[in-house]
Amino acid sequence: MIEETAEVEQDSGTPREIEHVAGKTVQLISFSVGKEAYCVDIMAVREIRAWTGTTTLPKTQDFVRGVINLRGIIVPIIDLRKRFGQGHTDPTKTHVVIILAIGDRLNGILADAVSDILTVPEDEIHAVPQAEGEAENPFIDGLVTKDKQMVALISLERLIDQAVVH
Amino acid sequence: MDDLEQFKQTYFQECEELLGDLEAQLMALEDGDRDVDVLHAAFRAIHSIKGGAGAFGFDQLVSFAHTFETVLDLMREEKVELTDDNVSTSVRAGDILADLVNAAQSGDQLPADHGADVLQALSVIAGGEAGAPAAESGDEEDDGDLDDLDFTPVRIDLEDGAAPPADADAGDAAAPDGPEPELDDVGAPAVYRVTFRPRTEMLQRANEPLLLVRELKELGTLTATADISDLPPLPALQHDAAYLSWTFELVTTQDLMAIEDVFEFVTDDCDLSIEMVEDTSTPDADDAAASPAPAGADEAAEPAAPKQTTADAEAGETSDAAAKPAAGDGEAAKADAPKPADKTPEKKDKAKSQAAAPAVSAIRVDLDKVDRLVNMVGELVITQAMISQQSDQVLADRYPDLVRGLEQLFQHTRGLQDSVMAIRAQPVKSVFSRMPRLVRELSMQIGKKIRLEMSGENTEIDKTVIEQLNDPLTHMIRNACDHGIEDPEKRAAAGKPAEGTILLSAEQRGGRIVIQIVDDGQGVNRERVFAKAVEKGLIAADANLTDEEIDNLIFSPGFSTAETVSNISGRGVGMDVVRQNIQKLGGRVSVRSEPGKGSNIILTLPLTLAVLDGMIVRVGGESYVIPLTNVIESLSPQDGDISMVAGGGDVISIRGEYIELIYLNQVFSIDAVNGAQSNGLVVLVEVEGGGKVGLVVDEILGQQQVVIKSLEENFDPIPGIGGATILGDGNVALILDVTGVRSLQVQASAASAAEKTAAIQIEECVA
Repeated sequence: MIEETAEVEQDSGTPREIEHVAGKTVQLISFSVGKEAYCVDIMAVREIRAWTGTTTLPKTQDFVRGVINLRGIIVPIIDLRKRFGQGHTDPTKTHVVIILAIGDRLNGILADAVSDILTVPEDEIHAVPQAEGEAENPFIDGLVTKDKQMVALISLERLIDQAVVH
Repeated sequence: MDDLEQFKQTYFQECEELLGDLEAQLMALEDGDRDVDVLHAAFRAIHSIKGGAGAFGFDQLVSFAHTFETVLDLMREEKVELTDDNVSTSVRAGDILADLVNAAQSGDQLPADHGADVLQALSVIAGGEAGAPAAESGDEEDDGDLDDLDFTPVRIDLEDGAAPPADADAGDAAAPDGPEPELDDVGAPAVYRVTFRPRTEMLQRANEPLLLVRELKELGTLTATADISDLPPLPALQHDAAYLSWTFELVTTQDLMAIEDVFEFVTDDCDLSIEMVEDTSTPDADDAAASPAPAGADEAAEPAAPKQTTADAEAGETSDAAAKPAAGDGEAAKADAPKPADKTPEKKDKAKSQAAAPAVSAIRVDLDKVDRLVNMVGELVITQAMISQQSDQVLADRYPDLVRGLEQLFQHTRGLQDSVMAIRAQPVKSVFSRMPRLVRELSMQIGKKIRLEMSGENTEIDKTVIEQLNDPLTHMIRNACDHGIEDPEKRAAAGKPAEGTILLSAEQRGGRIVIQIVDDGQGVNRERVFAKAVEKGLIAADANLTDEEIDNLIFSPGFSTAETVSNISGRGVGMDVVRQNIQKLGGRVSVRSEPGKGSNIILTLPLTLAVLDGMIVRVGGESYVIPLTNVIESLSPQDGDISMVAGGGDVISIRGEYIELIYLNQVFSIDAVNGAQSNGLVVLVEVEGGGKVGLVVDEILGQQQVVIKSLEENFDPIPGIGGATILGDGNVALILDVTGVRSLQVQASAASAAEKTAAIQIEECVA
C-alpha cells in the first residue's frame, strides 16, 4: 500500500519536480549589474548573447530599451539597471543580453556580465528581509549567498509589467 | 476522449469541405445541370457527412442526412424525376443539413422540428417511389425491436461506390437485373452454380463479399440466394464474424476461369465450389428475389463491421481513421480494400473515374507548422538580402562565381518564398460557397427574385484573409439584395428582367486580389446619399463632390440611407464595418455606380498577410514602415504651405485642401536628428474612416516588400504600431498603424488643450 502511494507520487510529478524531491536543489544563473549580483532560474534562460543595437519602441517606459531581431523573432529588451532605478545603462559590446522565457513570451534583460551557474539547495533561498513599513521589493523573490556575497533572485513576471505608456 | 475530440474536429473540417461541395453540386443542379455525376457527387457528400455523424452520435443529423440521401439516391437512379420543385427542395435540404452540422459542432440544440417541413417534402419525394417506404419501415422495425441495443444501420453499396439503402442491396444482389452484355454475342451461355461461403478470416483480411458478388454480376446474369441459416440472433451476433453464405446461379458466356478469377484472392479464406449446371433454364427472377430479400437488412449490418476493420487496418495511422470507417463510404472501401476489384478493367475504370471526380490529393497540415515554415523562409529572404547588400563591385570582380552563385540563391529564395506563400493560399470558394444560401434566404424574405452568379471561385488568397472575408462579403451581398436590387414591379417598370442578378467574382491582378460585387439594381441614389451625408454632418452642404466621391460616402461611419431599418441591413454600420474590416486586411474598397443600371463594389486585397508593401521612412534615428496601401502621395512642402491652426496642430494646404499634419517625432518622442521641421517630407496617408493626414518624416528611404512580424508575440500592443519587420541589415523596423498614430495625435492635442485650459484656470484663480 505504501509502495503504491510512492509510485503514484512519482508518476504525477514532472521530471523537474522529481529532481526537487531527490536533491532539492535549483540551478540559477547569476550575473552582475554594477556591483550588485542577481540571478534567475536557469530553466527560464533561453540563451545569452552579446549586446546588439535595439530598435526603440515608442510609447514605452524608459526601462524598455527596444526590440532586437532574434533570428526572426522580435524580442523586447529590458534595461535591468533602469528597471531597478539605478540609472541608464550605456551598453558596450561586453554587455550581455539574457533571453528569458517569461510566461509564453520571450524577453531579454540587459546586464553587465554573466558570472556563474549556482546550484543551490532550495531551502537556502532566503526570504527578502522586510523592514517594517517598507514596501516589498517587487522584483526580488529571494536571496542566495554565494562566496559570502548576496545574490538576489529576480522575480521575472513583475519585470515586464506595464511596459507600455498609455 | 482527447482522441475522440480530435476526430470530431477532423470530421467537422471535412464537413465544411463536404458542405461546400454539396452546395456547389446543388447549385449546378439548380442551374439545370442534370448530369448523373453531379448527383453522385452530392450523394457522396451527404453520405460522408452522415457516416461521421453516426460515429459521433449526432442523431438528428444522421436521420436528416439519411432521408436526404435516400432522395438523392432515387434521383440518380432516375426513380424520381428531377423536377424544379424537387431540386429546390434539395437545395433547401442542403441548407438544413448545414444548420444541423453547425449545431452539432457548436453543441447547440436546434429545435427538434428544425427543417421539419423540408424533411416532410423530402419524404414526399421519396414516398413517390415504391421501394423507399418499405426500406424505411424495415429500418424502423429493426430499431423498434432492439431499441436497447445501440445500433445504427450502416448502408453498404453494391452498385455505385456509394451506399444505396438496404432494400437496394437486397434487390441488386438478388434480382437477375444485371446487364446482360454478352448474352447476344458469342457462343451459348452456360449456367454455373457457385457456392460461396466466406470464412471469418476473409472478412478480417479486408475482403468484402459484396464486391465479389458485384464482380460476379459483371460476368453475366446472376441470381443469388443467401443462406442465412447460420445467422445467430442479433444479440449473439459477432460483429466481425462471417455468418452468411450464398449460392449463385450465373448465366454467362465466360468460361470457368473467369469465375475463378473473381475469387482468386479469397480462395484460401472461403469455401468455394463452382460447377457447371447442365440445366440451362433461366431461373425465375421473382422467386430468387424473394428469398434473399430478408437477408438484405441484416446483411447491411453485418459486413459493415468488417469494413470498419478494413479501413482501420489500412488507414489506421491517419487521424481520419475514426471518421472514415464509419462513413463506410464506397470510395474508401473501393480504394483501400478490395483487391479483386482491380481484376476487372471495367471496374477499375469506374473506380478511377469516381476517384478523379472529387478527390483532390491533399494533406491536412496544422496551420502552425505552415506558419513556422513561412517564418523560416521569411528569415531566409532577409538573410539573403543581407548577403546581397555585402556583395559590392569589388567582390564581383574578385569572385565572379561567388556573386553569380549569390544571384542564383536570390532567385531560388524568391521562388521558395512564393511557393511557401502559396501553401497558405486557399481558393475563395470556401467563402463564396456560403453566399448562394444567403441570397436564397434573403430573396425569399424580402420577396425579390435574385440570382447570384459567381466566377473565379478558385482564385487563391491567404487563409487568414479568407477567414476574415466572410463578414464583409455577407454585408455587401445583403446590401446589394436589400438596397441594390429593386422590387420586381419596379424592375418591370424600368424594363429590366424581373429577376435581379448579383455577380460575385474574384480575380488576381498583379499582387492583389480583386473581388467585385456587381448588381443590376438601381445603383446608388446620389441625391439621397448627398442629402443624408449633409444631414449627418459628414460633409458640408455646399461641398462640391464628384459622383464617385458621393458614391463612396456610403462607406462613412454611421451612414445609412435605408428609409426603414430592416433586419437585413440598414443599421448604418454595414458598409462602415465592411470598410474597416477590409482595411484591417490591408485592402481597399470602393464603389462605382450608374443610376438605374446597378452598382459595382470593388474590393482589392493583398495576396497575403505575411508580407506587405511598405514605404520605409526615417524619423530621427529610427526607421519606420508605412503600409503602402495607406499612402496616397508624398511631397516636400514649400514655405507657406504649412500653417498653424489656433488651438490645434499644423495643417498643410494641398491643392486647396487643408490636411492635418502629424509630426512623427513628436508623437513618438523621438529626438529629431534633422531638427528643423521645414526640412521634413510629408507623406499623405489615408486613415480608416476615409480621412487624410500628413505624416511628417525626415527622409523617405525607399519602398520594399517586408515580412510582417508580430510585436505582440512578446510584448504588449503599442498604440500607433501595427507590427514590426526586419530590414535587410538585420535591424528591426516598426510598421506604423496609421489610424493608431492619428488617434495618438488626437489624444495628445486633447491633453495639451486640457493642460492649457487648466493653466488658464489657474491663472484666473491667481488673478
